[in-house]
Amino acid sequence: MKYLSEYRNLEATKRILDEIHKITTREWHIMEICGGQTHSLVKNGILELLPEKVRMIHGPGCPVCVTPLNLIDKAIELLEQGVIVCSFGDMIRVPGSKKSLLEAKAKGGDLRILYSPIEAVSIAKQNPTKEVVFFAVGFETTAPANALSVLHAEKEGILNYSILASHVLVPPAMEAILDDKFCSIEAFLAAGHVCAIMGIQEYYPLVEKYKIPIVVTGFEPLDLVQGIYMAVKQLEEGNHQLENQYARVVKEHGNTSAINVIQKVFKIGNREWRGIGEIPNSGYVIKTEYQKYDAELKFKINNIKVPENDKCVAGEILRGIKKPHQCNQFAKTCKPSNPLGAPMVSSEGACAAYYHFSDNLIE
Amino acid sequence: MDIENIGFETINLGHGSGGELTRNLLDKIIFKTFSNPYLDQKHDGSIVKIEGEIAISTDSFVITPIFFKGGNIGELAVHGTVNDVAMCGAIPKYLSLAFIVEEGLKVSEFIQIVQSVKKAADESGVLIITGDTKVVERGKGDKIFINTTGFGLVHPKANISVDTIKEGDKILVNGYIAQHGMAIMSEREGLNFESTIESDTTNLNFIVTELLDKFGDKIKLFRDPTRGGLGTVLHEIANDISKGVFLKEKNIPLEKQVSAACEMLGLDPMYVANEGVFLVIVDSSIELEVLALMKNHKKGKNAAIIGEITSEHPNKVVMQSSIGGKRIVSPLVGEQLPRIC
Repeated sequence: MKYLSEYRNLEATKRILDEIHKITTREWHIMEICGGQTHSLVKNGILELLPEKVRMIHGPGCPVCVTPLNLIDKAIELLEQGVIVCSFGDMIRVPGSKKSLLEAKAKGGDLRILYSPIEAVSIAKQNPTKEVVFFAVGFETTAPANALSVLHAEKEGILNYSILASHVLVPPAMEAILDDKFCSIEAFLAAGHVCAIMGIQEYYPLVEKYKIPIVVTGFEPLDLVQGIYMAVKQLEEGNHQLENQYARVVKEHGNTSAINVIQKVFKIGNREWRGIGEIPNSGYVIKTEYQKYDAELKFKINNIKVPENDKCVAGEILRGIKKPHQCNQFAKTCKPSNPLGAPMVSSEGACAAYYHFSDNLIE
Repeated sequence: MDIENIGFETINLGHGSGGELTRNLLDKIIFKTFSNPYLDQKHDGSIVKIEGEIAISTDSFVITPIFFKGGNIGELAVHGTVNDVAMCGAIPKYLSLAFIVEEGLKVSEFIQIVQSVKKAADESGVLIITGDTKVVERGKGDKIFINTTGFGLVHPKANISVDTIKEGDKILVNGYIAQHGMAIMSEREGLNFESTIESDTTNLNFIVTELLDKFGDKIKLFRDPTRGGLGTVLHEIANDISKGVFLKEKNIPLEKQVSAACEMLGLDPMYVANEGVFLVIVDSSIELEVLALMKNHKKGKNAAIIGEITSEHPNKVVMQSSIGGKRIVSPLVGEQLPRIC
């Protein structure tokens, strides 16, 4: 695991930071798309090491944060129907309209925290008299494993398994942000892990259409400062190109086997984003031939609809219009122990990242 | 101990009834293992003579799985309480030992746990002087729960109190953090990751006594960051003393494999549980001597000075990251949850 030491090297990071300071002549607004990048920026204290003029805006790339409220209510409904619901860890504390999955578990629901949806298929196999649902949220990164779980279940003839899917896609979200009339973003750090799956070709048209620099960036401190440097350099030179900082992981065409698996099970469709609303063609929906693995149809829960909490400004946070500490509820009524919205729950959420690691220092 | 002579293979409700089966379990396993003059009286309790100030601490142990790399619930139940007594600046002497067993536990497993309790108690220099065994119906426990209460004599030179902590005092830890939590994680259902990470469960009373022998009241505080990890305990301390804690990430001892496992699972080692780690806050005039003593002790080979008490940012723990940035180390809310990607 040399990546853990070499990409966190003080001298190398400092050298690049010095370069950023040297070349920055005016204020720039750069959005890091991915919640993992936000987490790393604050956890490593990078924000305060950047020139004041380089403003990082935290994007919507936190899967927990953009999962719509009604989907959480749907998962809770399944738990209450006696279904074994399997989920990634940080989904379980997100408040639904009445309670969170964790609270539903305390009331007797069989909720399992897993790292891989394939485990959920095994649980279905071990519990043939019970229904098992995997709460399949996430961006392009988690889609292959979720799709694979459906293919596994099909291959093994497991009929008591299905997924509650809410997959969203990065490029349409970037476009929605850029089309927003309040948008002040001048460059993007694209999400390295999403590009590791999908490749980088989808981003060329964005660069051209919006004349905006996009740098595919990794997650370690050195990756991030290098990505920021590349973005600032393009901005200062008046360029707009697609660059790949994370070339050790991201290939031009991505991971073709993973893409094949996704395309077998999912097709592109409209998706609702928490705090943003519906974005056309912004997510994956289960293809007709795999509909028997679609928990929403199987359990007839697709009519559950609930309004968002009107005190939570998650939408503005996720679009980069407000920073977490600019919210009236931040660190007052909204804390990780009592989150009003999802960005305060996940460690990748901008609000939780600010609460835990940085801005509550300033009181 | 020969299981065949015990006469039963699993523990059932009858073993907790107080009748003959209970006596059978106690005689054949408990009294036989822990025999000492206090326990051999087989009375409702024990009468012991302790002169001077005593420190008392109690703890209940509920862990899944009960057997893990580097130990089992039995030694954990001894080390946990022995260490809590030691953290008070006391020399642990006696332990009570109470089991709540779920019906159906294999006797072989029970014996293995009892023997681990015995070994850990012997190594820690404490006697089990009273105890209890209850059996609950299947489904009403998680194989076995253990409660221990420890009694210790306060070290004559000890003056352990948060009130003595002042700006400039140094914070040291005795070794690698996050080992125990990650060892348990690696064996939890649904994770399927293989590692050789072992729990660090061990007794810390002798190294604590040595520190007090040599440095007396220049030692301000001992704490063992078990549940909630180093981050949570330091945050509690900062709040208790209304001062700030400043840490340097690069000085915090973290074994490579543990670091990699935390990274992979999306967990922060600052919040992962420890069972053989303690932190000590000392006057800055003795920091290097304390470090030297700890490094020469087998329970402190990887000791390090990790930070200091500061008047800046009161009530907060601030850590300088390995690349020179700063961040807040906030207390853990609920259980640490693995991230999605």
